[in-house]
Amino acid sequence: MSVKRKRNLSATIALLPTWFAAVVVFIGTMAWSIRLSFTNSTLFPSSTYVGFAQYAKLFASAKWLASLQNVLIFGVLYVAGCLVLGFLLAAALDRKIRFESAFRAIFLYPYAMSFVVTGLIWQWMLNPTLGIQASVRSLGWESFVLDWVVNRDMAIYALVLAGVWQGAGLVMVIALAGIRGIEAEQWKAARIDGIPVWRIYVSIILPQLGPALAAAGMLLAMGVIKTYDIVVAMTNGGPGNATEVPAKFIMDNLFGRQNLGLATAGATVLVLGVVIAVAPFRYAMHMRNQAKGGA
Amino acid sequence: MNQPHPNGPKPARITAGRIGLYTFLVGAALFFLLPLYTMVVTSLKSMDEIRLGQIFALPATLDFSAWVTAWSGACMGTVCVGIRSGFWNSVAITVPSVALSVFIGAVNGYALSLWRPRGANALFGLLMAGGLIPYQIFLYPMVRAMANIGLYNSLAGIILVHVIFGLPLVTLLFRNYFVSVPEELCKAARVDGAGFWRIFFEIMLPIAVPMVVVVSMLQFTGIWNDFLLGLVFAGRDNLPMTVQLNNIVNTTMGERTYNVNMAATILTAIVPLAIYFLSGRWFVRGIAAGAVKG
Repeated sequence: MSVKRKRNLSATIALLPTWFAAVVVFIGTMAWSIRLSFTNSTLFPSSTYVGFAQYAKLFASAKWLASLQNVLIFGVLYVAGCLVLGFLLAAALDRKIRFESAFRAIFLYPYAMSFVVTGLIWQWMLNPTLGIQASVRSLGWESFVLDWVVNRDMAIYALVLAGVWQGAGLVMVIALAGIRGIEAEQWKAARIDGIPVWRIYVSIILPQLGPALAAAGMLLAMGVIKTYDIVVAMTNGGPGNATEVPAKFIMDNLFGRQNLGLATAGATVLVLGVVIAVAPFRYAMHMRNQAKGGA
Repeated sequence: MNQPHPNGPKPARITAGRIGLYTFLVGAALFFLLPLYTMVVTSLKSMDEIRLGQIFALPATLDFSAWVTAWSGACMGTVCVGIRSGFWNSVAITVPSVALSVFIGAVNGYALSLWRPRGANALFGLLMAGGLIPYQIFLYPMVRAMANIGLYNSLAGIILVHVIFGLPLVTLLFRNYFVSVPEELCKAARVDGAGFWRIFFEIMLPIAVPMVVVVSMLQFTGIWNDFLLGLVFAGRDNLPMTVQLNNIVNTTMGERTYNVNMAATILTAIVPLAIYFLSGRWFVRGIAAGAVKG
């Protein structure tokens, strides 16, 4: 008994800093922020309770609504783009390719780089006066247009392009590992039945990659909600509000505009968004693990 | 990874399908390499050459002056000292942050999985939830709290922030690793009279070396590439390279010096890229572990 208590004591003490971080930093600061979102705080925190007024103001703000719409468009296209391109790359690399490891390295290297770097590279390539557009025009195609970063209607797709360039390699790595883990027997059986190769990938392999791809999609989606660096580096929210995103809206109001109440209300909405997005997924994983444990 | 494919050896015949496959792969490779190529050639051109609008053309002469300027003379607002200081700031931030977070993560994973003290599951659940929440909700109170204890805008402050926000991921990875270590090993050592720390340092840490490498890669690139936390917590004198890079490129007055900008961008990307290309498999394992288990 005394030994057990002692062992627990050492382990408990070792975990104290982490307890502190989890309770004080994660829970404490979140509670503080949520509380601020119900006050009329501007530059300094205030304790005057204003109910849901900041939330009403938030959802009356054209900029916030635009940022929600933008992050939704960006998120859907970015996640879908990474999943589709990543899976295609993995399937292609699985076909006994020469220089497979070189191709793999090329497809994944952007993922090692910062979003700031990614944003700046693509800003440069898509710059209409000196970038790809100018280069193609000088080849003789005078009407060629690729002005996405400065075009209100296209700027969000410029972000998607840069994002997919950065993130598709991650999906490729995960998908390729999954494909290689599938038993050879299934291949043999399918080949004997005369099923064409592409059908095998779509109908047999893809379903089995479901959980791995869902996890990858989940990870990318979490990144979408936090999207900040790439926007700051590439378009800084412009032109107009065309690429404003919630995380940037919150940062601007937190530190630039000294609008604490509004910023914390936005942050609270973001957290709620994560909870709503993650909860069903986590619940499904939990149920599946329990089912597995019971079997 | 290299198990023989059920379809047998590489097909010897050239078929339409093979041509299509290679066309797709080569096309994709061009798409992925084009930005890197563009950055490198742009950084080696003079501004006169850049103004011609031939973004893909090779430089007429190799001109490394943009690199020199990016390193030691590029301007952030009115200060023109180059990205050099940001590089050293990033080193000073990243190295201790990685060392500390990997150590604490290893201790956490070990304590949570092999000792399971009271509340272990609650702590783990809390950490995992904390890891999913967007940073924005923590920032303002963190800034105030750090200011109160005198750590705001300091090197120690930004390191502490990185360690705290790294805890969920590193703890998760080490816990999953130590769960697979047979419990008998721990029990036997305990019977021999070894305590919590001795078992950790003499048995568990040596066993966990592969995980230490993987997590270090992951944390190193993650912290090096961070922008938001460095921007908020590091303070003027300790701004990491990513923040300085953005300041150089996006706030300069007058004509943009694209060659300098691209050289600075490459300099910022070069450390994580070097880690990626030198550590290869380890890096891939790290991101795969972080992705699948996160």
